[in-house]
Amino acid sequence: MAMKARTLQRHFRESLKSLTRNGWMTFASISAVTVTLLLVGVFTIIMMNLNKVADDIENDVEIKVLIDIMEDSEQAKAAEKQLIKQIKALPAVEEVVYSSKEQELDLLIKDYGEDLSLFEQSNPLNNVLYVKAKDPQQTVKVAKQIEKLEHTQEAVYGKEKVEKLFNFLNISRNVGIVLILGLLFTAIFLISNTIRITIFARKDEIEIMKLVGATNSFVRIPFVLEGMWLGILGSIIPITVISVLYSNIYKLIQPSMNGELLQLLDTTPLLYQVNALLLAIGVFIGIWGSFMSVRKFLKV
Amino acid sequence: MIQMKNVVKKYPNGVVAANGITIDIKQGEFVYVVGPSGAGKSTFIKLMYREEKPTSGDVIIAGTNLSTLKNRQVPYLRRQLGVVFQDFKLLPRMNVFENVAYALEVIEENPQVIRKRVMDVLDLVGLKHKVRMFPNELSGGEQQRVSIARSIVNMPKVVIADEPTGNLDPDTSWEIMNIFEEINARGTTIVMATHNREIVNTIRRRVIAIEGGLIVRDVNGGEYGYES
Repeated sequence: MAMKARTLQRHFRESLKSLTRNGWMTFASISAVTVTLLLVGVFTIIMMNLNKVADDIENDVEIKVLIDIMEDSEQAKAAEKQLIKQIKALPAVEEVVYSSKEQELDLLIKDYGEDLSLFEQSNPLNNVLYVKAKDPQQTVKVAKQIEKLEHTQEAVYGKEKVEKLFNFLNISRNVGIVLILGLLFTAIFLISNTIRITIFARKDEIEIMKLVGATNSFVRIPFVLEGMWLGILGSIIPITVISVLYSNIYKLIQPSMNGELLQLLDTTPLLYQVNALLLAIGVFIGIWGSFMSVRKFLKV
Repeated sequence: MIQMKNVVKKYPNGVVAANGITIDIKQGEFVYVVGPSGAGKSTFIKLMYREEKPTSGDVIIAGTNLSTLKNRQVPYLRRQLGVVFQDFKLLPRMNVFENVAYALEVIEENPQVIRKRVMDVLDLVGLKHKVRMFPNELSGGEQQRVSIARSIVNMPKVVIADEPTGNLDPDTSWEIMNIFEEINARGTTIVMATHNREIVNTIRRRVIAIEGGLIVRDVNGGEYGYES
């Protein structure tokens, strides 16, 4: 049977009234939501930033191939062409970018100042190929393959550093995912348990409502809405704390990191995403917790 | 109005609380259900509002056969009945007005109608001045009057009461009986399980005595018939 809009209104009113009349129980449930969401939020932000750092580092890893310096420019051009062709033919290679020694010098001048423009007269640098592997983790393998090719003077990459870094990043990512999942399950368990206790205290009320002729949904809806409010109210503090804290940390740290490889995630959209996630978790757990608890007592 | 045909109720623990009960209660009657503790009075009452399902036989209330009633239809049956309990069964977090109004809210009645009908029945039970109070602020007699108001606010054809005066002192019990009599005078059928000898012997009505799950006596204007 379709519910009248008036009745839905009544359910909303009733759920709000019940929040205020339940006093301590409401407070307990909201606190449970608040504490767990705060933990989930902080962890999510840390994990997302770690992930960003990992991605940045990974994507930054490239192989710098120094090409043999040859006197004869015709010969050199042919050799470079052949080398590019050979590198591109390697299955694990994503892209190859050519950079002449003049471009290389410009880069150095940009980074270290005009003093270096002296070298424009007699450029000591090599022509260079920048090679990226399809999967950053294959960098080491690719570099070794390139070093064996003719006309390669050297294939430079972070070597041991890169290898260790990748190991570390893999482990920290997995640990982070496990931690967040564990935290989420704890949150769901803790919050729905608190709500269950709240509703259990009202088992008799549910029985009375049914004796007076309330249908299951008439009994259930105000409880479920109440759970929703608990979720919303419980997410207010975590959302505020996390937003304020992260914005300030960002403001404090970010300026000193300008130009560095390591960067924090921008506050937008990160905070919107995390806050939406916290609100969603709160509302979902509130609704789900009430729904499951009421269901137990609704048997006729 | 209320018919039972060969109703048997066996509980899972082996107790037989109804052992072939057949009865017919007409519209507008006032019926006492008496008998010793554990004789099957409560089961008899519970069968009428479908708190219990008969093991066999038929229970027919206002044309509805409860034996074939589906669980999800039970709320619609209960809206046609008023039920009053010894322990009042009021909602503790709702005030007097809200408790009575709840019975009308479940049928999605219009708020203006609810307000008027609730105030009317609270007037009838003499509690119009306590509408904003909560159950724990009321005496037992007042709580029972609220629960009676709730049971009749839907204008049911039948009010079923399970020892409504069981927790009340004698004076208060008489007040409650006056209210029941008034409701009955308006044409509502009343079925009341009771242990109150005084009341049964003073307000003489049809008396059904149950012992061992059987009707052992059914007399209009009868006596309580047990030592109290």
